[in-house]
Amino acid sequence: MKGLFRRVSETQRSPITITVNGQPVTALEGDTILTALLLAGAQLRLNEFDQKPRAGFCLMGACQDCRVWTESGDELRACSTPATPGLRIVTAEVPWTSQ
Amino acid sequence: MDKPVVIVVGAGPAGTRAAQTLAQAGLRPIVLDENRQQGGQIYRRQPENFIRPASKLYGASARAATALHKAFADLLPRIDYRPETLAWGVVDQQVLVEHNQRVDAISYDALIIATGATDRIMPCPGWTLPGVFTLGGAQIALKAQACAVGAAPVFMGTGPLLYLVAWQYLKAGIKPRAVLDTSTLKTRLKGLRGLRHRPAILAQGVRYMAELMRAGVALHAGIQPVRIEERDDEGGLRVRGVTWRNSRGQLRHTVGDAVGMGYGLRSETQLADLLKCDFAFDPISRQWLPVTDVDGATSQHGVYTAGDGAGIRGADGAESAGALAALRCLADLGFSVSPQEVARLRKALEPMTAFREGLETGFPWPWRNAASLPDETVICRCENVTAGDIRRAAGSLDAPELNRAKAFVRVGMGRCQGRMCGLAGAEVLAAARKMPIEQAGRIRSAAPIKPLPAKIRGIMT
Amino acid sequence: MSQPVTNTTARADVIIVGGGIMGAATAFFARQRGLSVILLERDLVGQYASGTNFGNVRRQGRFLPQLPLANRSRALWGDLPRLIGENVEFLPSGHVRVAFKAEDSARLEQYAQDCKPYGLELELYNGCKAVERFPMLAPDVDCASFSPLDGHANPRLAAPAFGRAARRAGATVQERAEVSNITRTAEDFVVETADGLRFTAPLLQISSGAWGQKMAAAFGENLPLTPKAPQMGVTEPVPYRIHPVIGYASWVEEEGVYLRQVERGNIVFGGGLRSTVDLNTKRAQLNPLNLVRQMPHLERILPDFARLRIIRTWSGIEGYTDDDLPVMGPSARVPGLYYAFGFCGHGFQLGPGVGATMADLLATGKTEIPLEPFSIARFAAPVDP
Repeated sequence: MKGLFRRVSETQRSPITITVNGQPVTALEGDTILTALLLAGAQLRLNEFDQKPRAGFCLMGACQDCRVWTESGDELRACSTPATPGLRIVTAEVPWTSQ
Repeated sequence: MDKPVVIVVGAGPAGTRAAQTLAQAGLRPIVLDENRQQGGQIYRRQPENFIRPASKLYGASARAATALHKAFADLLPRIDYRPETLAWGVVDQQVLVEHNQRVDAISYDALIIATGATDRIMPCPGWTLPGVFTLGGAQIALKAQACAVGAAPVFMGTGPLLYLVAWQYLKAGIKPRAVLDTSTLKTRLKGLRGLRHRPAILAQGVRYMAELMRAGVALHAGIQPVRIEERDDEGGLRVRGVTWRNSRGQLRHTVGDAVGMGYGLRSETQLADLLKCDFAFDPISRQWLPVTDVDGATSQHGVYTAGDGAGIRGADGAESAGALAALRCLADLGFSVSPQEVARLRKALEPMTAFREGLETGFPWPWRNAASLPDETVICRCENVTAGDIRRAAGSLDAPELNRAKAFVRVGMGRCQGRMCGLAGAEVLAAARKMPIEQAGRIRSAAPIKPLPAKIRGIMT
Repeated sequence: MSQPVTNTTARADVIIVGGGIMGAATAFFARQRGLSVILLERDLVGQYASGTNFGNVRRQGRFLPQLPLANRSRALWGDLPRLIGENVEFLPSGHVRVAFKAEDSARLEQYAQDCKPYGLELELYNGCKAVERFPMLAPDVDCASFSPLDGHANPRLAAPAFGRAARRAGATVQERAEVSNITRTAEDFVVETADGLRFTAPLLQISSGAWGQKMAAAFGENLPLTPKAPQMGVTEPVPYRIHPVIGYASWVEEEGVYLRQVERGNIVFGGGLRSTVDLNTKRAQLNPLNLVRQMPHLERILPDFARLRIIRTWSGIEGYTDDDLPVMGPSARVPGLYYAFGFCGHGFQLGPGVGATMADLLATGKTEIPLEPFSIARFAAPVDP
């Protein structure tokens, strides 16, 4: 899978690993979750109504289209939340009552 | 007597200079900012472990950015700075804030709203595809994350940011595939009357264009977006390129793997709306904006707006406006302020206002495109509401204005509360009903102005 | 709507003042009975309480003598797409009231007995049975009372859909027509609007919600009516898993919250403390702190609610009488004058039934639905001896 983003500099930073939908994703310290995910792949979430992929839009916390969740259900705005070592997130569906 | 409490919302250029002015008068303003770091969007900082110098990050504005960052650092001991804090509502002279799922209500004597702006968006088919970002977003990726949004981006829209971002990508080693501008050479000439009020900025824009052309980047004027094309490989749906019409109406296609789009800026006005400030339709920008006097005083006593949140005048305009609103606020609170300083700031803002008019004339919001968008074009990306849905609201459901259309077909009803779709949605509605845009109205703001966790707990519970 | 009346005087069998769901449904059913109808709405049909309420189509818990009306309405809800030609998202997915305290459970049990003679059958689940039946509920629910045939609908769509159906059926629906004056001649009511339009009819219905008090007073009928604004809100969309409407059965006002999930996934909620209203500016003085106060109680009934985000809140303007019952039926003083307003925040479910019942009255002067408890006469000052 090829990511959307390309690094242009600042590659001297320390690598970290987060877990996305159970799979490890490597990022660099200082990356946002959005950066980490879009370097590794081409989407952040699915739109609820057409189930088509979305990858954020405004990157400044206005459009609300980059929301992902921690495995325990906390919502994170991927564009403004740093990826921190050990972070475990899910992107497919909000962890929500299974009944 | 206790010192009056002044809250400044936003820590960009306007908010920073407002806070500084208040602190200089001996107050200890509360500065609420949603971001982790001060600077706003324009002077957004990179994370602490990034090493690029300011000159690389902010280009021609490096000195202004550094000065603003330093001013804020110097200010920290004298203000109550609350980063990562969302001002989500207001009640009875209190601002309601949320930080880490804790809610607080902060009483104030005066409030300065410096909440900035976001890109103004005219949707086109395909704009919700992964790989399409706002111009501001494309710039933030570069500035704050040292990433390009793609290896072969196309920049589409209008306004100076279009050329600035394309140029910044070029400098970062990512050559844009094209710059597609909906404004024509003719409108730009018309805009010159206002633009020449700030010759340095005008010259800078011309330089960006020249450097892009010299690097072989095609700059097209008078284009009409047709659609952003998709492909589905390499692990998911993404951008394949942009189809557009040139100024002679001929179909053209530009291959690319990402799009940065934006058509000027729109102000963040939700707090002023919740505070029941009067709004008026601004025919120059075709937006409803809070009514203010030259100093930024709104119709509500003790409420001021400054910076792009009150109408777009750019970063240095925002700095002046922030200081001026704070001086006005101080004067209203009974402090003596320097009339010379007030006069100087008012004068400094004059050319910015003329310049803004020049921008709107030279790089106009392509509102006419709304009428010709295919029915299946998504307008509201939160709720997936299409142009056809809005036209149905306008027609068989007989919605005479935008909030009625929202009630019927959910345009602007989603997480972003119409930030991305409100202006275009109004244009689609107005075109469908053949009525002037001001009659379409604007989406009413509601608390919480951004999503609020249901887990919130606070002083009240 | 699109073809306003412009001639100076229009006449009909009945003028309905107020285009909420009561007025719009009455207009529709009155047309079905062959009456000519003029519906006057100050702003847009269904814009106030009718368009902003929770959307409950609930019978259980109602004042028992109101159940015949609620039952009639429920039958009409079930017939709606066919009746008015538009889908208003009515979902008969059931309604469950949950109690955590023994005294509240006892009330649920008593009600389930009392409502039987009215034809309302409720299912009661005590203790762990409640969570077995409704696993989304908190594990310590003491009692759940389930009304399987109740449900919910979209209030933003319902009243306007009735308004459009009434128009298609031949009613004159005049929006943005603010009534400025009502007089009565020997044979007719004369209704004038602020724009200078004039309408006459031998029958007049006041269904102007929280503004009904002022209009009734103009006919010498006074009643206590307090406008209040409910605290409504909605979450982001999440997978559709909560089918019944859930209400917290408690006599503590702040605990009285309720929620429903729409098929698109958002959870609409409301209840708890209400805010004050300025009837002149038509604006609710919404206190967003009431939203914060709702959260623990919503989480109390639906623990997973705490995982979600609130994306929007709103309010409406509702009229509350002192006895929490509406004003519905003929005027006690003026022949030809009828009322249907002041539904105390629980009128949405009743809307279609009120429309059909008022149409009975307007067309024939009588109805089989018992309306005595709702007569405006109950507020009349005692006559001096």
